[in-house]
Amino acid sequence: MVTVNTNGNSNALIQVRGLNKAYRRGGEQISVLQCLNLDVDKGDFVGFMGPSGSGKTTLLNLLGGLDVPTSGTVSVAGDEITHMSSGKLTEWRARHVGFVFQMYNLVPVLTANQNVELPLLLTRLSRSQRREHVEAALAIVGLRERGNHFPRQLSGGQEQRVAIARAIVSDPTFLLCDEPTGDLDRKSADEIMELIEELVSKHNKTVLMVTHDPLVAARAHMVLHLEKGVLVEGVKSRQNVPAGGVA
Amino acid sequence: MKFSALILSNLFRKKVRLTLTLGSFAVALFLFAFLAVVRDAFNRGGAVASANRLVTINRVSIIQPLPLSYRDKIARIPGVQKVTHDNWFGGVYQDEKNFFPQFAIDPETQRQVFTELQVSDDQWNAFLKDRQGAIAGAGLAKRFGWKIGDRIPIKTTIYGSASSWEFNLVGIYHGQTPQDDETQFWFQWDYFEERVPQSIKGQVGWYTVKLDSPDDAVRVSKVIDDEFANSPYETKTQTESAFAASWVKQFGNIEFLILAIGSVVFFTLLLVTGNTMAISVRERTGELAILKAIGFKDGSILFFVLAESLAIALFGGILGLGLAVLAIPALGGALNGSFLPTLILTKSVLAVGLVFALFVGAASGLLPGIGASRLRVVEAFRRI
Repeated sequence: MVTVNTNGNSNALIQVRGLNKAYRRGGEQISVLQCLNLDVDKGDFVGFMGPSGSGKTTLLNLLGGLDVPTSGTVSVAGDEITHMSSGKLTEWRARHVGFVFQMYNLVPVLTANQNVELPLLLTRLSRSQRREHVEAALAIVGLRERGNHFPRQLSGGQEQRVAIARAIVSDPTFLLCDEPTGDLDRKSADEIMELIEELVSKHNKTVLMVTHDPLVAARAHMVLHLEKGVLVEGVKSRQNVPAGGVA
Repeated sequence: MKFSALILSNLFRKKVRLTLTLGSFAVALFLFAFLAVVRDAFNRGGAVASANRLVTINRVSIIQPLPLSYRDKIARIPGVQKVTHDNWFGGVYQDEKNFFPQFAIDPETQRQVFTELQVSDDQWNAFLKDRQGAIAGAGLAKRFGWKIGDRIPIKTTIYGSASSWEFNLVGIYHGQTPQDDETQFWFQWDYFEERVPQSIKGQVGWYTVKLDSPDDAVRVSKVIDDEFANSPYETKTQTESAFAASWVKQFGNIEFLILAIGSVVFFTLLLVTGNTMAISVRERTGELAILKAIGFKDGSILFFVLAESLAIALFGGILGLGLAVLAIPALGGALNGSFLPTLILTKSVLAVGLVFALFVGAASGLLPGIGASRLRVVEAFRRI
């Protein structure tokens, strides 16, 4: 269950308390996130919406340990990540976070197999074990037969599937998806969202997703709105889709 | 290694750029090897010089003669084991481009002083019996296809009329090491003395003095020069290696010239490769950010960049040095007959070349690698 604006103790998988993020630009302090509190349980699928500059991606970066907050804490599965050193944080990311980005960000000179294998290179798995994991991850995203294809030989939707396989191959604690369908046509976007839903429902993955698209957000269990750095109480996602949807 | 696919894939990402960068390394390393063997050729005289040999020349210049009468006076000095003398002939064989050194030698003492240049006893005895006999170095004989029994005409350019002096090739000498000079042509001093103009008779070009011990070099040098001080033919005596070094200096500061060219080549290579690596890393900002996001540490990123630049340096270096191994003997053949001694590409030159290449590879990859390792993921994503 997702709880916003909580500041008590809980057993939630992800606990955000009093999170602030501010940047200094010139002599001016710009506050991007203001005193965010949030609990996300295992298996939740949370969508974040909001206008550009509202702090969605910054929140995702803080939850994924890619950035550090100005104040406040982020705890994941009992680990408080906000005070970890850069090296520890990198190790933590490798174990706990799967990233899916809008532009797929696959390494173009590596095949799908090799791209998916990347996170496993940081583990002690043998070559054959890595191959098994890669095949399993590609099978989940329906691209087992395309393992030897390079990104340029795949469609946008397929590239994003490979990126999702890379995100899940090391069985991370949760997935962070930043506009995962932002560069796809509607059909491909639907396929990707079905895949993400499947990861949540069948594989019990926890997913936090940023999107501008209400139809995409509607797939989430809960949609939270960020406005000027403040998290607004969420609504059940299906109620959030405007009549007629968005083209 | 589990990262090899990633490193190799990145290496071959831009094939044209890779080819050009490898080419830069190959050309630079080839040039390095060539300059090194030229430097080595110039310095070889000093390197193979015997520690217990002195060379006595006219104090004015080596082209000024010394009296033959000095021989016995030098031989009497304590610490001197043997004295031999030579005259530069400076003749032309068939064509002026066929340069090689010809010396009128003293057959009685030559073999005792230059022990490293060996001739069989049979051939040496034949040489002693034939006033017009001559001995050629193995390299020289090979160059002109000479064999024992050949009659070799050499036209003098210094002594008397331009008529040819006829020699009978009776022996071939061999050096004990590849560095020993096998390009000389020896003939009997008596034959030389017989044919030169009256004004030159009784004069030698220089003396080579073999010592009982290298420790006597300074003392004996001083004694020789003191002996002939204030005479019409004052002497300058120095060790054979110092003599070889002063000979090289006649061509200018070859060492500095070669070092200067070599340094410019390597500095340019460093800039070219450094720029290539910087561009290569900049192009991959997004990919490097992804690698960091999914858990690759700063050290791993630095390792990937360095491994790439070192691989380029290694393959480019091997290519250039391989080219040198093939081309330098051919170049040496083409330069045969010039003032340069034989060009010899040694294993140590190859090893130093490879170390230099790897140093340039590491240095050129270091700054871009550090930059990549310090990349902040969030900022990198903002840029792409």
